[in-house]
Amino acid sequence: MTAFIIRSIGQRIVLLFFISIIAHTIVHLAPGEPSKVDPSNPRMKAEDIQRIRDAFHLDDPLHVQYFYWIRDLASGELKSFKDNQPVLEKVWDRFLNSLPLFILATLITWCVAFPVGIRAALHRGSLYDRSSTFISYALISIPGFFLSYMMIIFIVKTFDVPVIGMRTFGLENAGLLMQSMDRIWHLTIPALMTATAGVAVLSRYVRSQMLEVITQDYMRTARAKGLSEDVVIYRHGLRNAMLPFITMFGLMIPGLIGGSVIFETIFAWPGMGRLGYEAILARDFPVILTLNLIAAVLTLIGTLASDILYAVVDPRIKF
Amino acid sequence: MTSDTQNMKITDNAEDLRPEISMGRERWTVFKRDPLAVASLWFLALLVVVAIGGKLITQYIPVFDPSVVRLSEKFLPPFTPFTSEIVPADEAPPFGVYLLGTDELGRDVFNRMLEGTFVSLTVGFVAVGIMVSLGILFGGLAGYYGRVKLGFLTVDTLIMRFVDIMLCFPTFFLILTVVALLPPNIYNIMIVIGVTSWMGTARLVRAEFLSLREQDYVIAAKSQAIPEMRIIFQHIVPNAIAPVLVSATIGVASAILTESALSFLGFGVQPPDATWGNILSDGKGFIFDAPWLTFIPGLTILFVVLAFNLCGEGLREAFNPKLRERH
Repeated sequence: MTAFIIRSIGQRIVLLFFISIIAHTIVHLAPGEPSKVDPSNPRMKAEDIQRIRDAFHLDDPLHVQYFYWIRDLASGELKSFKDNQPVLEKVWDRFLNSLPLFILATLITWCVAFPVGIRAALHRGSLYDRSSTFISYALISIPGFFLSYMMIIFIVKTFDVPVIGMRTFGLENAGLLMQSMDRIWHLTIPALMTATAGVAVLSRYVRSQMLEVITQDYMRTARAKGLSEDVVIYRHGLRNAMLPFITMFGLMIPGLIGGSVIFETIFAWPGMGRLGYEAILARDFPVILTLNLIAAVLTLIGTLASDILYAVVDPRIKF
Repeated sequence: MTSDTQNMKITDNAEDLRPEISMGRERWTVFKRDPLAVASLWFLALLVVVAIGGKLITQYIPVFDPSVVRLSEKFLPPFTPFTSEIVPADEAPPFGVYLLGTDELGRDVFNRMLEGTFVSLTVGFVAVGIMVSLGILFGGLAGYYGRVKLGFLTVDTLIMRFVDIMLCFPTFFLILTVVALLPPNIYNIMIVIGVTSWMGTARLVRAEFLSLREQDYVIAAKSQAIPEMRIIFQHIVPNAIAPVLVSATIGVASAILTESALSFLGFGVQPPDATWGNILSDGKGFIFDAPWLTFIPGLTILFVVLAFNLCGEGLREAFNPKLRERH
């Protein structure tokens, strides 16, 4: 087991090295440079552009730039092109904002998808099953930002409360209770919107896993022993159907960055996805690269965690 | 396979060995059992006709020209008859009615949606074409030549590690980065969506190839000294295509969604090309004054993507051997 973990960590570090090289090459080879973001500005003279290029090492060969990036990242001195703030600090601030959104969205996804999927599997072919299938497909098919706009208009018109941003402007002096209620209200709608597609996909998956399991022999044996239906379904069935979801959980971690760009932009939520979007607009290479690298690290940690959990949970798997 | 042949009555006539019901017909029977999938298939067939017809008439018939600007006619709701006296009569909308209303420049939304249908579907199909080609190429190489060594690594390790690397990038963020850095045009968007989504297909194709390359018919083909490329493309690929077809159908759906999300962030297909995505993102600024500018493209995307997804699901069932009835 220990040997397996060490080996997979080693493999992942090698992968990470190649990922960082590819990311660096893509970003630097693509046309469009930080010095050209504002070409119509009359105060930008040729020597200013040259000064910017020198300051950011943009005229050095690619491998030298790559070396600078890794060195600065490792020593924590990497500075954003845009405002010269340390990148890691910026990302950390945004990470703390994204985290509650991600946790709530994940909770909603799992708490809704499991009951829906299990019920659909138990009543296969019923009206409930068919309509939940159809609704799932509709939720996957609707553009997320379109649904969010509908939701914002609906919420603002019906309940008359603001949902954009992290808090209501002007509530800084309100009591703690008021502030936390306000915060929760602002958090719920974006989390719900982030969760919709997840609920739809996961509930389909739960349904098909449960369908696999409930036709197994051990389910019949459990019933034949005279166990109550709940015990049969939830202890004997669900436990076995749960296995593949460990992998799913590991793979959901990188959604922290990639999946949230659209929703954080709509709801003006200052999280990591939005940071990435702003960095792309400003050609802020260090921030873009660092976010890409963090996403890759999260993916690798997720797959490693799911591999290990698999071995812990399923005694049939040996290394 | 061998035991089957032994049990079978030996005949000289190859025609007698044909199964009563062909594979395609059998799959079609399974597919037809799902009314939603069949309805989606007809809907999509109709949509392709509309897209091609729409492209032709918006280009060659002046009445359908989507770029006619009538500033005095802006924000008219759907089904408004054309009564303006300021706008010259030859700029009147088709049939004398703004079927789907007009936008902030007084352009006819019906014409713009017609033009957008072609562009949106093209984005979807070309992106998926690239995705499937790359997927079959890399998956096929890894599956068929997997054991060939290049230096100290096998082809399989090399390609599958590359797939792992590509899977580690957050896809939407990567697409956004590349599209934002490249000059914005419609081809770049198709290429970028295609190039960032082939990994799943490659894995599917590799898995199929691994099992198919050991089959008797492949060995038989090899023994006849048929060129390897022909074995791969004429003998193996047609048998490995089923799961690819399913993922391609669903891939079109997600490519259309990705394009609309890119349009929303301002990196999508740029004007004057109209797509459903950029009609929707232009319209969102006027959602209170002109809700039809948001709802018409939004609901169109919803229905079309839904049709692709349902159709893909129907195909998945049809290709699932467990669901096939034995005759």
